[in-house]
Amino acid sequence: MADAVLATNAVEDKEAAIASRRRLVSRIVIYGLLALISIFYIIPLAVVILNSFRTNAEIGANGLISLPNSFRLDAWPQAWNDFCIGGQCEGVARYFWNSVSMVVPATIISTALGAINGYILSKWKFPGSEIVFGCMLLGVFMPGQIALLPWAFLLGQLGLSNSVYGLVLVHCIQGLSFTTLFFRNYYVSIPDDLLKAARIDGAGFWRIFWKIIIPLSPPIIIVTVIWQFTGIWNEYLFGVVLNSGSNQPITAALVALSMSGTTVRTYDVMSAAVLIGALPPLLVYFFGGKYFVRGLTQGAIK
Amino acid sequence: MASLTIRNLRKSFGVVEVLKGVDLEANTGEFIALVGPSGCGKSTLLAMIAGLETVTSGEIYIGDRLVNSVQPKDRDIAMVFQSYALYPTMSVKENMAFGMESRGVPRAEQEKTIARVAALLQIEPFLKRKPGQLSGGQRQRVAMGRALVRDPALFLFDEPLSNLDAKLRVDMRTEIKKLHQRIGKTTIYVTHDQVEAMTLASRIAVMHLGEVQQFADPDTVYNRPANTFVAGFMGSPSMNFIDAEITSAGGVPAVNFPLSGGGVASLPLYNGVADRAQSKKVILGIRPEHLSRQSPSNSGKQGIATMSAPVEVVEPTGAETMAVLRFGDREVVGRFSPDEAPKTGENMPLAVDMTRACLFDPATTRLI
Repeated sequence: MADAVLATNAVEDKEAAIASRRRLVSRIVIYGLLALISIFYIIPLAVVILNSFRTNAEIGANGLISLPNSFRLDAWPQAWNDFCIGGQCEGVARYFWNSVSMVVPATIISTALGAINGYILSKWKFPGSEIVFGCMLLGVFMPGQIALLPWAFLLGQLGLSNSVYGLVLVHCIQGLSFTTLFFRNYYVSIPDDLLKAARIDGAGFWRIFWKIIIPLSPPIIIVTVIWQFTGIWNEYLFGVVLNSGSNQPITAALVALSMSGTTVRTYDVMSAAVLIGALPPLLVYFFGGKYFVRGLTQGAIK
Repeated sequence: MASLTIRNLRKSFGVVEVLKGVDLEANTGEFIALVGPSGCGKSTLLAMIAGLETVTSGEIYIGDRLVNSVQPKDRDIAMVFQSYALYPTMSVKENMAFGMESRGVPRAEQEKTIARVAALLQIEPFLKRKPGQLSGGQRQRVAMGRALVRDPALFLFDEPLSNLDAKLRVDMRTEIKKLHQRIGKTTIYVTHDQVEAMTLASRIAVMHLGEVQQFADPDTVYNRPANTFVAGFMGSPSMNFIDAEITSAGGVPAVNFPLSGGGVASLPLYNGVADRAQSKKVILGIRPEHLSRQSPSNSGKQGIATMSAPVEVVEPTGAETMAVLRFGDREVVGRFSPDEAPKTGENMPLAVDMTRACLFDPATTRLI
């Protein structure tokens, strides 16, 4: 009897051993692949970061992709202050601030409008509100270049040509489809009974919005702000077409930088400039990334 | 005085008419239950009383004020929702204060009212908690508390107990009844549960297909149902319906219906009901509890008819035993006390309490 038990135990152990070995192998394969893919993704960033600390001479001698044998911070202030772009030797600072003064108001306004739109389209439906929503959805799928000429014309009429304010307006409107979609879909999951209760309690449109809807909204506000901030910051087409010279956002200026045809390519400074241009969205992802994922997967009512 | 008067109220969504001319009134302090199966229009009716749905035609008066186009907040009502609809980001106290803040009630008075209602409902320990931290029963209490701070002319309840488990539902039902007895406010209570309606209401409006089928006190609704729908809806297990024919053998009116063995059951009728029937064909309605085992004590009594029927299924529930009996091509449910319960396969001798039986007109389904 005891032997039989032992025997089956032994058999089980053998099977368990095979299973655990199989598990180990599959783990190794999975993690190996993941590591490989992460390295593949991180290499461009690593190259740029490393090059921003190497001397140009060293880059010239050892090639663009190689480990540094010197460390130097000079490229960073140079890129910020006095690198020459399009004949102006002021670095990327001006363009960086252009981008900031474009992205901050555009993000705030488009998010706020999206919240109000979403609130109306989900909770205060009116005859035809679904059609309005359908039309706004169209904007999600419409490529930006279609709107280039109309925008150029409109900004001209408004006297906002080649100005940062013009770009703020463009991004507010262009972003509205997405922000409205985000908020509307999030607010749909808020039970209508809440609003009915609030109406009986004597609250109106705005009081319900501020006291009940907005306190439920942080997850979707974070998602929308991250989406808009990175989208607007990284946007290139409108910046390069609608604005020129010293009014361009940093994405457009970086292109001018790479084409500022001096004889020597200053890879160190260019790397630093690119990194300066990429820093804000990177930081936003870095600090807000987990809220982004959480917000996308979370309903309004826990 | 009437707290609520509804006259010929209609509601259509597009071409679909969900309320087809409802008349209703509630006297001050009354507890009115609107009961009916889902889709009967009871919740729409309540929403229209609350002002959350527009009126297609007809009139709603709260007190003597026509409120057809008055905003919900100005109707002097308070409502408890099925989902409780507590504001999830606010504490219990803030939930209760929200309406008073909207109406600009001074803070000191708010505090006093909340303290009074919280004591009444025994929710003081959770005043600082968020709704998410409360159990179903506690949320239910808070939802009632939010309604009670208002001191309205009319309380509206929309299936407030259907999200609770069975035991808690019975407890809360008792509490609602106690509460109503204590504060005596006119209450309109929507439910699909006929037991809730029977136990709580002073009058019941049974609704079906957008119409009020019967509006009467619970006793009348149960014992003299206006039609076969009301008769079948109220009571569980529901009333048994048997197609039968009125005869008068030797001057004694009776209802006859065929039995399975080829025989005919003939049950005598009383109270002159046979004279009121328009045709010979009727539907005989017998509630399960009006069947009992024949015994010397009941078989000879006035109004008790006797017959026997084979037993097909026996379902003991502890306190009582349900049995499915075969009456011809009909299955009939009987409710017996366990000590007189039949056995499966038995040909049970039955005593039928014909004084409580109902006859319905097969053409109109109305009570005769």
